[in-house]
Amino acid sequence: MNVMQRAGASAPLEIRISDKTYAGADGNAVQAVKGLDLSCPGQTCTALVGPSGCGKTTILRIVAGLDAKFSGEVTLADAPIEEARIGFIFQEPTLLPWRTVEDNIRLAAPDLSARALASLLDQAEIADKASRFPGELSLGLARRVSIVRAIAAKPDLLLLDEPFVSLDEATAKTLRMLVARILDDHAVTALLVTHDLREAVELADQIVTLTARPARAKSVRQISTPRAKRTAAFRKKLLGQIDRDAKSR
Amino acid sequence: MSKSAPTSPLIYQLLSIVGGLAIWFVAAKLTASPLLPGPVQVVGFIREAMISGEMPYHMAMTLGRVAASFVIAMALGLAIGLAMGQSQLTDRIGDPWLIFFLNTPALVIIIMAYVWFGLTEAAAIGAVALNKIPNVAVTVREGARTLDPHLDDLARIYRLSKIERLRQVVLPQLQPFFAAAARSGISLIWKIVLVVELLGRSNGVGFQLYLYFQLFDVTAILGYTLVFVALMIAIEVFMVQPYERYATRWRIRSA
Repeated sequence: MNVMQRAGASAPLEIRISDKTYAGADGNAVQAVKGLDLSCPGQTCTALVGPSGCGKTTILRIVAGLDAKFSGEVTLADAPIEEARIGFIFQEPTLLPWRTVEDNIRLAAPDLSARALASLLDQAEIADKASRFPGELSLGLARRVSIVRAIAAKPDLLLLDEPFVSLDEATAKTLRMLVARILDDHAVTALLVTHDLREAVELADQIVTLTARPARAKSVRQISTPRAKRTAAFRKKLLGQIDRDAKSR
Repeated sequence: MSKSAPTSPLIYQLLSIVGGLAIWFVAAKLTASPLLPGPVQVVGFIREAMISGEMPYHMAMTLGRVAASFVIAMALGLAIGLAMGQSQLTDRIGDPWLIFFLNTPALVIIIMAYVWFGLTEAAAIGAVALNKIPNVAVTVREGARTLDPHLDDLARIYRLSKIERLRQVVLPQLQPFFAAAARSGISLIWKIVLVVELLGRSNGVGFQLYLYFQLFDVTAILGYTLVFVALMIAIEVFMVQPYERYATRWRIRSA
């Protein structure tokens, strides 16, 4: 039984980082995060938005358990984050080039049935790419594989680190729609890191705007409108409100 | 004017070999000396030594030593190179020793192994392996320094065991370095094995070459040399290259 099944699907992700400091390239201490206290409701997507270099990826690495050198704690459904099953969509596809698409997905989910795999590949529209190697795929297709891999293991927590960066707008839009569909269909707790507020408005249920380094929460805004009903006008209005929120603080 | 069909590279290689054999044949005829036997005499010796079983026996002994030394050198060299490439402290501690062994003549290591451990099979194989380990370690260390940290993150996120991480993530990244070390390893090891056999074993190709050297039997020396080189080429063509093609098939298909 995973941590979400134990505690209930709506149990939140709690992120409390009082201090995260590391040694910079010049040897001086750099404080990346200070006094961050966030609660992300279960089965919703929270977006961390902030300027480049503000510490978003550092926060995500701490939440993923990749960086344990910080003061504070991260829990999912009241359990330490180390107990949670995590799906991670990296900035780059980060596929093993010597394994086929199917084998890359099975790395994260070795027990995945053939039917479940086929269904996921179908959902991501890469059903015909299962036996291909990553080097044979375009960046957009490789990103799709990376997304499928992240959800294949039925994660308690899905982490997305700028998943649409360096893609052309058309491909990025298609992938945003895919991620939106996954968030709706799989009802997974997700944390999205992005510098693009438009992405956050399209995908997140809660948007946290961060200050420049050291990162702290500057504003938090809930979005109750379902993703499918967020029209262009709605998104434009929301962007303006978030912008005003940020400026007023 | 019609274009001529491109000639296969194999033709040039065959012509080169046939040309070399022709020169050897003519030179042997002209000198008519036992110090330069012709190809026909050498092939005759090989046939006799094969039929009597002498050559297969000594070849098998040498090949066994080559295989044992190769496996030990590759395994230990991989472990040392990986540890040094991944940990700065291990690298600093191990580096002077690596330089020391890289610059120690093979002959010194062989002699010391025989002096300290006696004229035994273990000393012979150990001495050969010890000669090759530093080369493998240096090559693998360079590979370990270029390991992709994102793939390591991936392995940690999906909680791969240490063995799985090594097998699925680390070793495939080291494959080109490992292949380079293996290829240069085989060619170096079989040469050192012959010296080890010459100095302290009572069988093997090295022992036979020394025996025929004392008898000034150049025909036998050339016979053993040709068959041994042919065997090593066969290993390269039928084992090393097919393995390399299999291990790098994802690169070929991705290109």
